[in-house]
Amino acid sequence: MILFDEVVKRYPGDYVALAGVSFEIRHGELVVLSGHSGAGKSTLLKMIPVIERPTEGAVKINGQDVSGLRASAIPYLRRNLGLVLQESRLLFDRSVFDNVMLPLVITGHPPRDAARRVEAALERVGLSGRDREMPAGLSGGEQQRVAIARAIVNRPSILIADEPTAHLDTAYASEIAALFKSFNEAGVTVLVSTHDESLFARYRPRRLALSKGILVGDSA
Amino acid sequence: MMNWLGLHGRAALQAMRRLLRQPLGTVLSALVVGIALSLPAGGYLLLDNVATLARGVSGTPEISLFMIQEAAEEQVRGIEQRLRRESGVASFRHVPPDEALRQLAQSGLGDVLGGLPGNPLPHAFVVTPRGDDPAVYEALEARFGEWDGVEHVQLDSAWVERLHALIGLGKSAVLLLAGLLGFALVIVTFNTIRLQIMTQRPEIDVSRLLGATDPFIRRPFYWFGSLQGLLGGLVALGTVWMTVEALGGSVESLATTYGAVFVLSGPGALETVSILGFAAFLGWLGSAISVRRHLAERLR
Repeated sequence: MILFDEVVKRYPGDYVALAGVSFEIRHGELVVLSGHSGAGKSTLLKMIPVIERPTEGAVKINGQDVSGLRASAIPYLRRNLGLVLQESRLLFDRSVFDNVMLPLVITGHPPRDAARRVEAALERVGLSGRDREMPAGLSGGEQQRVAIARAIVNRPSILIADEPTAHLDTAYASEIAALFKSFNEAGVTVLVSTHDESLFARYRPRRLALSKGILVGDSA
Repeated sequence: MMNWLGLHGRAALQAMRRLLRQPLGTVLSALVVGIALSLPAGGYLLLDNVATLARGVSGTPEISLFMIQEAAEEQVRGIEQRLRRESGVASFRHVPPDEALRQLAQSGLGDVLGGLPGNPLPHAFVVTPRGDDPAVYEALEARFGEWDGVEHVQLDSAWVERLHALIGLGKSAVLLLAGLLGFALVIVTFNTIRLQIMTQRPEIDVSRLLGATDPFIRRPFYWFGSLQGLLGGLVALGTVWMTVEALGGSVESLATTYGAVFVLSGPGALETVSILGFAAFLGWLGSAISVRRHLAERLR
């Protein structure tokens, strides 16, 4: 489903973020990507939605090489992925409902069906009935839940999360980890990076470990 | 197709919401665009009114065709026939020597004419040409001069030519003014959209991550610019109409002193559509340039 084949990412100044990383993630896997700050986790995750492109090697999704994808095709790839970033990146001048609705507006969903999907997504992340609230009035954990609802509202087959629990206390972080597990149980392929593997340990995920841009561990 | 229309409808609504969210800024921008546009629009209408007035006062110029003194009856009939066949002639009137003499006598020259041994006046024709193109009048004048039995042709169109030239010059000046002010309006919209892009940056970035295409991101800005231009066009129309209302009475009185009936008229349907269309186009152009300049890097 997701294939990294000898992927190298070199930034100007000869800084190597990824040095020949190879692995394959199959459909329905829950994968936790771990490593210290600067290990290359974010760079690796950014290659899947083509926020970054590899300097060498190839990234394939469902058999399609996305590393050379032309710019006009990238949005259509991203619509099939659920992205959750370290910061929630919510729009603070819009309600929770409008934030979660955004991906459906982009894809031109019929409003009535879109509203139903938003309600379902908010229910899934435990924020049912909070749709009219503004993000600024929510806690950090709740904001991250809104971001997750936004990521799953388009029913993606792949969910990618870059340190989604980084700014949360342990209780909130455990709740978020449980959410990802529940999506995985529903058949979604989940790839999540974290600096705290213990959050996901009880779900027995596949573990990929990065260090200085090199894949140093794979529990598969 | 329906989806495409839906996306445009959504973008238009989004642009309208942005305009309504900052009412003072919207009103000020519309005033700047409107007042600037009202100058060339008003100038054009003024020239149009002057042209109408000139036509009303002067009527169509006439060409007087004088035959040789000793012209035979056949020659006179020949000229008549040729004038009937001439496509550039709207109408003509034959003035025989006796009638010409009578008219001259009535004009106060009776004593002078009484001292003459005979009637010195030739057969003449007063020709009304078709259309209002001075070039056509001159062509007719030249052609008549070559006809057999014609001594002299007189075209009274010099002042018409001067007026046409002045109106043409005025229209060129108005076009130049419209171009310059249009350029200024494009810059105003360019800057407004630049600020819009800066304030919408978080939304643009998030939308890109969620799969928004370039047209999806650009569309609301195009609508914003066009709507702002359209509002400016409405202000320009309002300004022109107010000016017409304010000056109409005075102009009418002035025309009456010259023996003319003249009503200052405001923009008609075509002018209204043109002004609104031009204003919306300028707004769209300013936003298109701004979006290309300020979003290009981010959309790559």
